[in-house]
Amino acid sequence: MKALALALAAWLIALPALAEVDIKDVTTPGGLTVWHVEEHSIPFTALELRFRGGTSLDAPGKRGAINLMTGLLEEGAAALDARAFAKARDGLAASFSYDVGDDTLTVSAKFLTENRDEALALLRSTLVEPSFNDAAIERVRRQVLSGIRSNEKDPSNIAGESFAKRIYGTHPYGSDDSGTVESVTALTRDDILAAFAATIARDRVFIGVVGDVTEAEVGPMLDTLLGDLPATGAPLPAKAEPAFDGKTTVIPFETPQSVAVFGQSGVPFDHPDYFAAYLLNVSLGGGGFESRLMEEVREKRGLTYGVYSYLAGKDGADVWQGSVQSANNRVAEAIAVIRDEWARMAESGVTAQELQDAKTYLTGAYPLRFDGNGPIANILVGMQIQGMPIDYIATRNDRVNAVTLDQINRVAREWLKPEMLSFTVVGQPEGL
Amino acid sequence: MRAFVTSLLSLLILSLPAQAATNDHVSTFTLDNGMKVVVIEDHRAPVVTHMVWYRAGSADEWPGTSGVAHFLEHLLFKGTDKLASGEFSATVARNGGGDNAFTSYDYTAYYQRVAADRLELMMSMESDRMVNLRLSEEDILTEREVIIEERNQRTENSPGALFNEQKRAAQYLNHRYGVPVIGWRHEMEALDLDAALAYYKRFYAPNNAILVVAGDVAPDAVKALADKYYGVLPANPELGKRARPSEPPQTAERRMVFRDARVAQPYVSRTYLAPERDSGAQKQAAALTLLAELLGGGTTSYMAEKLQFETQQAVYTASYYDGDALDDTSFSLIMVPTEGVSLADAEKALDDVLKSYVERGVDKEALKRIKMQLRASQIYARDDVSALANLYGQALAIGLTVDDVQTWPEVLQSITAEDIIAAAKSVFKVEKSVTGYLMTPDGDAS
Repeated sequence: MKALALALAAWLIALPALAEVDIKDVTTPGGLTVWHVEEHSIPFTALELRFRGGTSLDAPGKRGAINLMTGLLEEGAAALDARAFAKARDGLAASFSYDVGDDTLTVSAKFLTENRDEALALLRSTLVEPSFNDAAIERVRRQVLSGIRSNEKDPSNIAGESFAKRIYGTHPYGSDDSGTVESVTALTRDDILAAFAATIARDRVFIGVVGDVTEAEVGPMLDTLLGDLPATGAPLPAKAEPAFDGKTTVIPFETPQSVAVFGQSGVPFDHPDYFAAYLLNVSLGGGGFESRLMEEVREKRGLTYGVYSYLAGKDGADVWQGSVQSANNRVAEAIAVIRDEWARMAESGVTAQELQDAKTYLTGAYPLRFDGNGPIANILVGMQIQGMPIDYIATRNDRVNAVTLDQINRVAREWLKPEMLSFTVVGQPEGL
Repeated sequence: MRAFVTSLLSLLILSLPAQAATNDHVSTFTLDNGMKVVVIEDHRAPVVTHMVWYRAGSADEWPGTSGVAHFLEHLLFKGTDKLASGEFSATVARNGGGDNAFTSYDYTAYYQRVAADRLELMMSMESDRMVNLRLSEEDILTEREVIIEERNQRTENSPGALFNEQKRAAQYLNHRYGVPVIGWRHEMEALDLDAALAYYKRFYAPNNAILVVAGDVAPDAVKALADKYYGVLPANPELGKRARPSEPPQTAERRMVFRDARVAQPYVSRTYLAPERDSGAQKQAAALTLLAELLGGGTTSYMAEKLQFETQQAVYTASYYDGDALDDTSFSLIMVPTEGVSLADAEKALDDVLKSYVERGVDKEALKRIKMQLRASQIYARDDVSALANLYGQALAIGLTVDDVQTWPEVLQSITAEDIIAAAKSVFKVEKSVTGYLMTPDGDAS
């Protein structure tokens, strides 16, 4: 492959889609808000639920509880044990996935029209009556511990976690949300129940439904699915205060290629400068092969397979982050080039041509996001959780196109801080 | 609990294989110069996926030039007579699209995803670089550094990837499936302009290529554009039949221990040489596809039931079969033992489970569930037209036909419990197997 596909936080701005996508804001009889797109050409529905809070809601001393709890949601519910549940799900050819990150717990489901009610009843049982039985806890705990041990020897993971710890300190963002071997080993069933109560609640859920289901059906469907959830969960965590010192820190690890993660403070999504910053990042290190970092580090010098930067927006912190991997004897040069490019961009900004290219790339790529019911459902919850208006889609490209050269270059001067760009390098780098 | 799977082993993809839907809206035709064309219509969004597949991958390389197929793939993003280096991707991006390429053992493919009204521009550029590539010495030197960094990233930094590379090399005694797609490092370092151009001139021609266009397009319009841009290119008369070294009888069991200080979670893996899908004769591959699901395809599989739930000797188990290959492929099994279980004990437990499965026969309910999932996957597949484009492109690149793709779901549904056990018996032959232990430097392999 010429380049690794990169998902990253692209959806932050690329959220939306085709203007023709007709989103309905439905309030269920039970009072839930659902964004719904009716699409009957294929007989299935994609449902996306996102609960705000995620692993940052771990109680003090219980790191890893929410991650382990999430892994257990598909390991038995109501009268079904793990295998009986999996057999029931497979027999319906439904798919449910449960995923948790720093800020959200996401449930993505796909189910056929022909057995929708049975599939939803099964999904409901995992959200309302998960068993968390001891045998499942021990089995999944062993899997999580195995994963933690593997991560501890993976240079990319070490780099990401070390960088997070360095900038976020004691905030939950600063530690691995899988927990440590010690913290996960110590978790009890009560801790899992507390993690469940903290995370899965009606006051923090965002809902997207796309597919073969009518507007009249959506309300009762979601009330049945989520009506019995508790009204509230744990209070949301405090904001983080990411700190940057501009230094390069090395973490020795015996491996041939060093992995570097770098960053500085970012731009909040709701800040008036966000769109300009997003466009600026496309030219700096986002998008495809055309960014300055790709051009200088890879295309001209062959120092890496990939170098990227992106605006990482978390609920409680905004960071302008990036990564690069380069052989131990070349990574120092790669880092020097990145620092130079960061400074050059801060000082002189982009050219009119670069701004135009970034705009046409972003506005043209916009409709490509809407490539299926599942991706659209994902976008709908993303829009809601970011607080976007339902008509945002129709205005989004105008907002991109409204950014001027003066504005983007002012944003480059004011927001890029080359002297604060901090690197964490894992490997055996020479000359650092 | 699925996250674990991806963190440990990316080689085993635990999902049912993609299938064509019966209602694909697929048209096919062949240009005068021999280039095959597949058009898949999906008018839900004004988007198109444009792909060109070459029936040439790393297994078609000459000995001593491993990695050249993939190296050339990178170099196709350099200049042509009409485009400066980098201008291809820059033009796609300026038109709001994304582009990339990938190389495998049996094929190399290039694709763009872009607004449907830009299809002509994509064809104009893609057809240009099929024949008009212009490379400089400098392109070669810089890009060679890039692919070596790619090898560092994918392989050298990962003990699991290094282990897999050694296992494949042991599995194939003669076929070039035993050589990594990215290339052996010492041969990559010596790749030059001549090697890249020799491969290009031999394999990059319309009569060795497949065009797949999927999305908001009409077959007639695609035909007209394809004639205009690809149809005018001359066929390569020297292409010849695709013939590669084949495997001799495999008569000796192979065993290996790979040690690395970066290993955190030891495991045992077993692969067997296995037949691939053949045009018009897909039953054996279909039976093996179902076998892999029943044996190690997830929570309800036999290996999970015995080793993860009952004896709890494993934290994770899986089996995997990929029949989408031109020549003999492999059937793989993996077992990640619970802490305190040695790899030797894990291997014995794995062997016991295989033996008991073949003796006990297929669980009829389990087979029924999987067939239901396969039927449903045809519905879900219609939601992702890019995946359908891949499905057809890959199939045609490995010698299958559109008919093979479209009858595959029926073939899968026709497989009986007896077919599956017969397939298992024919594949699980120790003399055709490689057993590998991945472990720490001081781990006990006895």
